[in-house]
Amino acid sequence: MSSINNAIVSYQQKLAINRLGLWLFFASDAFMFGGLLVARFYLLGNKNLNLDQTLGLLVTSILLISSFFMNRAEVMVSEGNHKGFITSLVITILLGISFLVGVVGLEWGSAHFGPGDGAEGAVFYMMTGMHAFHVLTGIIFLSLVLRNGLNKKYTPEKHYAVEASANYWHFVDVVWIIYYPVLYLMGTI
Amino acid sequence: MNLSGIVKGILFQIVGSFIGAGIMGGIRALMGLPWKTEPAIVLGGLVGAIAFMVGVGAFKDWWKMALGEEVTEASEVVGKQGLSRYFGFSLDHKVIGIQYGILSMVLLVLGGSLALIFRVELAQSGLQLLNFVQFNTLVGLHGMVLIASILMGIAAMSNYVVPLLIGAEDMAFPRLNAFSFWIAVPASIILMSSMFFGGFETGWTAYPPLSVRGPMGIQMFFLGVFIVGYSSILGALNLIATILTMRTKGMGLFKMPIFAWSVLATSIISLTATQLIGLSFQLVMFERLFGMSFFTPSDGGNPILFQHLFWFYSHPAVYIFVLPGLGIISELLPVFVRKPLFGYKWVAMSSMGIALTGFLVWGHHMFTAGIEEYLRVPFMYSTLLVAVPTGVKFFSWVATIWQGKARFPVPMLFVLGGIIVFLLGGLTGPPNGTVSTDLHLHDTYYIVGHFHNTMFGGFIFPIFAAIYYWYPKITGRRMSETLGKIHFYLMTPSFFLMTFGQMRIGLLGMRRRIADYDPAMGFDFTQLLITIGGYLIAISILVFFYNLIVSAKKGESATGNIWNSRSPEWDILPSPAPVHNYAGIHFNVVGEPYDYGLIGSKYVELAQGIHQREESD
Ligand code: HEM
Ligand SMILES: [Cu+2]
Repeated sequence: MSSINNAIVSYQQKLAINRLGLWLFFASDAFMFGGLLVARFYLLGNKNLNLDQTLGLLVTSILLISSFFMNRAEVMVSEGNHKGFITSLVITILLGISFLVGVVGLEWGSAHFGPGDGAEGAVFYMMTGMHAFHVLTGIIFLSLVLRNGLNKKYTPEKHYAVEASANYWHFVDVVWIIYYPVLYLMGTI
Repeated sequence: MNLSGIVKGILFQIVGSFIGAGIMGGIRALMGLPWKTEPAIVLGGLVGAIAFMVGVGAFKDWWKMALGEEVTEASEVVGKQGLSRYFGFSLDHKVIGIQYGILSMVLLVLGGSLALIFRVELAQSGLQLLNFVQFNTLVGLHGMVLIASILMGIAAMSNYVVPLLIGAEDMAFPRLNAFSFWIAVPASIILMSSMFFGGFETGWTAYPPLSVRGPMGIQMFFLGVFIVGYSSILGALNLIATILTMRTKGMGLFKMPIFAWSVLATSIISLTATQLIGLSFQLVMFERLFGMSFFTPSDGGNPILFQHLFWFYSHPAVYIFVLPGLGIISELLPVFVRKPLFGYKWVAMSSMGIALTGFLVWGHHMFTAGIEEYLRVPFMYSTLLVAVPTGVKFFSWVATIWQGKARFPVPMLFVLGGIIVFLLGGLTGPPNGTVSTDLHLHDTYYIVGHFHNTMFGGFIFPIFAAIYYWYPKITGRRMSETLGKIHFYLMTPSFFLMTFGQMRIGLLGMRRRIADYDPAMGFDFTQLLITIGGYLIAISILVFFYNLIVSAKKGESATGNIWNSRSPEWDILPSPAPVHNYAGIHFNVVGEPYDYGLIGSKYVELAQGIHQREESD
């Protein structure tokens, strides 16, 4: 079963195809997040949602720091630093969980509106909820990577799963970097 | 027990749906809330769809991969042979292509039958057969089921043909490919099931506030479309990756067959825009389920937002439906007139141009909806701009046919039919895109006539051409020419009867999506003609199905390059196409794809220089 096309079986080429696939997925998903942004501006214009600024800043910092550790994890696995890789990964996952607790547990509990309270509630819960859903799936991917990492499945040369979940994690982070000012900072009350 | 994949999938889906519904009931019971059917069917539908995928075996390999285990290379997986392979999980793009094709045809029959039912109602003024909700449900489902059928149909053509055209052994992501197909099966079941949960009243566009208030069948409609949408997104992702990375050596982007270009353009739209219809439907689902007020004005929402999100997909979607079909026309025309495709590069770029300008015109569906006054004229201009790249295609076709040595086997008839019908669609569009005329035409049967022209010309005719053309590649036999001609010569005039009838009463003021009309309007006779036209089309399609099935066994054997095509799947491969496509065959791209009639020119040649076909006529 060898043919000229089968040459792509070479790991490098497959890697390139997988990377392209992942980026195409991001492009697609970005449109969905963009649609929610449109909804926010269309329904609420320049209105400020009057949310808890301390909490907002806190969860945002947590997510940004988690992205830093995710990057460390990826660098370390490619350097063959197994222990560092696992530690950074665990820190990333823990920070990710704290982010979820911050948004879903605290912010949702303490916000001055519920999802059924007008357009503000609808937009706020939808945007944070959709983002939190992505963080949750990210945590699931990272946990699988952690499990396989503990079983020593990744080598400095072959660790595409780590790279892919790291890119996903950064993507979700970038979404929040846009959502945070749009939900928390901008506008007048 | 050795159940075939699909049976197992459906059994799993049924059980899963009940489990999902039960879970929702349980959660609500724990929260001290009474039973409510609507949330239960939504969760049930979702869990059912996932259960289907488990049942069919779509997660098996991914689960192993997630646990870090090795899985067999997709190209090494030995699939089943024979008919049964089409009813289970397979990674072969040719099998998946046929599976898509079967699903598309099943949906075509279902969606078409719904229309035949409500056409009986419309054949006479007064209410005879249906009540209003039933009528609206049938109209809405007819639209959406056929949209699903079209999406499956283009996926069928792209999946089967594209890897063969570009000399690839399979798609870039075979497992994802199989997943994209199979997820559409439970999605179609969910979509159809909306009939059994009270139906819905909104038509295929599902505008709130009506969709927020009406019967809960709309939830199944939303969920089904959402999942079909994901199937389409993942399929598009796969096709883009395949076309960009898996072309055979020496096939630059401007050397690849034109159909690949149109699939690339289509896939760019599906990949991105589809998210927006998914989102808009999801928002209405959530508004219904959780009282989140996106679209209810009394509570801060705005129904126009829905229309923006919806049409941001659904206008580009019309190009998703037609671009592959137009690609088929450009692909087959040179073969049958023995002349080069006129302006290859321009045709390739026009697909891209249509895809991109298609993103800028969605507002033309909202001229009467109360959008901002200053938006109407810009949307009018952008809409009319689309005519430019579309015109490029027409000029190319005309110039290609000009002074050609045309042959008229059945695929060519459908190609020509497609061109003419699509021209009619293109000519009836600008009056809708012009604000002043659209204020009169909007929401009338004229619109219905317009888009049937575009869909038939851009999809139905081309896909029939494609099926008649590539059928021997699939089965090694060709379909009966006589039956094919009966199909064509019955369908085409019946279609004109139908569409001219629709446009006529539309211009006279017949509203769309209305079960009844005043006999004093004088529409009865034309309405009857439309219904007759619809039934004649249905009969012609029955002839087609008979031909399709019988020819698989009894058709004239056709293993060689029966159309005298230059493209590699005919020029190099025997029919039916071997399991591993070009495995073991080395071929080079040595010329232009469409230089028909140029003595001695070749598009592809076997690397060892063994048997190559020179252009001889
Ligand atoms: C020259 C090209 C075209 C122009 C200028 C055009 C313009 C329009 C406009 C302005 C409308 C909205 C009319 C209204 O609701 O008042 C419309 C409706 C529609 N068009 Fe086109 N169109 C063109 C080509 C196509 C093509 C290629 C297709 C696709 C296959 C298509 C499919 C549809 C459909 C499905 C609708 C009805 C949507 C609904 O249910 O409300 N059109 N067209
Ligand atoms: Cu449109």
